[in-house]
Amino acid sequence: MIEVEVKNLTKAFGPVTAVDGVSFSVNKGEILGFLGPNGAGKTTTMRILTGYMPATSGTAAIAGFDVFNDSLEVRRRIGYLPEAPPVYPDMSVAAYLDFVARIKGVPAEKRRERVGDALKKTNIEDKRAELIKRLSRGYKQRVGLAQALVHDPEVIILDEPTVGLDPKQIIEVRHLIKGLAGSHTIILSTHILPEVSMTCDRVVIINKGKVAAVDTPQNLTSRLKGGQKIRVEVQAPAKPLENLLAQIPGAHRVNVEQARADGRLTATVETAPGQDIRSQIAAKIIEKGWALFELRGVSMSLEDIFLELTTDDAAHAQPAAAN
Amino acid sequence: MQGFHAMYRKEMGHYFVSPIAYIVVGVFLILSAFFFDVILSDVIQQSFAMQMQGMPPEIDMPGEVLRAFFGILSTLVLFITPMLTMGIYAEERKRGTMELLMTSPITEIEIVLGKFLASLTLYAIMLLPTAGCVIFLYLHSDPMPPWRLVLAAYAGLLLLGGSLLALGTFISSLTENQLIAAVLTFAAFLIVWVLDIGRNTGGDVTNALHYLSVVGHYQDFTRGIVDTSALIYYVSFIFLFVFLTVRSVDSMRWRRA
Repeated sequence: MIEVEVKNLTKAFGPVTAVDGVSFSVNKGEILGFLGPNGAGKTTTMRILTGYMPATSGTAAIAGFDVFNDSLEVRRRIGYLPEAPPVYPDMSVAAYLDFVARIKGVPAEKRRERVGDALKKTNIEDKRAELIKRLSRGYKQRVGLAQALVHDPEVIILDEPTVGLDPKQIIEVRHLIKGLAGSHTIILSTHILPEVSMTCDRVVIINKGKVAAVDTPQNLTSRLKGGQKIRVEVQAPAKPLENLLAQIPGAHRVNVEQARADGRLTATVETAPGQDIRSQIAAKIIEKGWALFELRGVSMSLEDIFLELTTDDAAHAQPAAAN
Repeated sequence: MQGFHAMYRKEMGHYFVSPIAYIVVGVFLILSAFFFDVILSDVIQQSFAMQMQGMPPEIDMPGEVLRAFFGILSTLVLFITPMLTMGIYAEERKRGTMELLMTSPITEIEIVLGKFLASLTLYAIMLLPTAGCVIFLYLHSDPMPPWRLVLAAYAGLLLLGGSLLALGTFISSLTENQLIAAVLTFAAFLIVWVLDIGRNTGGDVTNALHYLSVVGHYQDFTRGIVDTSALIYYVSFIFLFVFLTVRSVDSMRWRRA
């Protein structure tokens, strides 16, 4: 059952198009990840979904309500954590959460319970009487998370929920998010790739306002698995090695890392699906008289896929030009 | 209406912990007490001077004191309200809490009315201690002036203050920067003030401008006259700027993030 439906969403700020024909849908109880580089349009899309700003064209609906025409109905059903937690520094945590509960329409008799529940879920009960301005970044972030949950909304939209948290807290938050799935529908945006593969059921990869891919993390990895990544460890000067590798037909995106103290370099070469150029690489390196220490194929991680899908075409053209 | 109530409570709570609110109210009360003293002494001296000259003291001393006192109060209010209104919207936008409010099931009207009525409440609380001066005057006057005089004067002061708060709040909603809001509000108020000063020179244009003057309509209130046209003027003024503030808040959705 589709809970969130986005069709051809476009948002232009004057000459700049931040969101360009984005379409996707989220099923009830699902966790959808939004992955993309800075400026890709993730935050803008979320702001349109939450009713903060209207789209230039296209439609979006949450729980059957259009986000523009039935904005109030949508807002009753969503919890939203923007990039920076929207907190009032001079209020105590409990007072703030009570305020948010009120403006979200939580009836008086349920408020205490809901505030207590939100405090417990985000593990900040011990800070309930503390003034928000005295909290550390990590705690402030958790207060932000708590306000998104306080009214127990159907749909929860989180913009970079784990930013500013220490590793232990990050694990807790991921655990929390996974626990909320099923009874809640969640959309979260992030830069952190492992987060996506660990918590999300499906991923939307977005770049320059356009959707680059929509699929489960597993499917994405296998879809692009045809392409290989080869890793070599060589005793050679950096620039000549880079040029040599780039010239091999079928090689794209050569990356030579910094030399270690003993002069050995590590380089990675990516190839198109179906091509195995390992023997050519070995032959060319030996031909030049350089010492080859290691040569192996590495399967593409989600990070590679992400970079592959979101890197400029200019980088791809480079090896071709070197020919 | 729960949203309105929540906004109002939050705003009032913030005023109680805000240093600016305390400073502004404190300065206002100190100055008003000081001026009351000056006015009182001045009027008493005048009446003595007239007695010395053999003229019967027909001046209505308490009335004169009240009129001058409330006149000074209106000037103080004019200078002080920009400080009270400058942060009302600017703070929310700077902190990012405007995003919270606008993605919650609370209407712009609830937000604007909650904030406006809270500022009006603070203003009324600020005016309360001035009644001390007035009561002092009354207790020492024989015969006591009619109470309606004071009620009319305070009514005028509340309407004037309400109008200035509405205007200042509107200006605050136009910018993220408190300082710019304060400066623009001061400028607006000074223009308003100057319009009033020009009124005595006569002529049709100045008379028309005087009608528009926020301070101009206040004068009668200080004499105990509650003019319906002045009431309508103030209520319309307040409605206008509250309405404009609602539009301005709505337009925040269309401004670049």
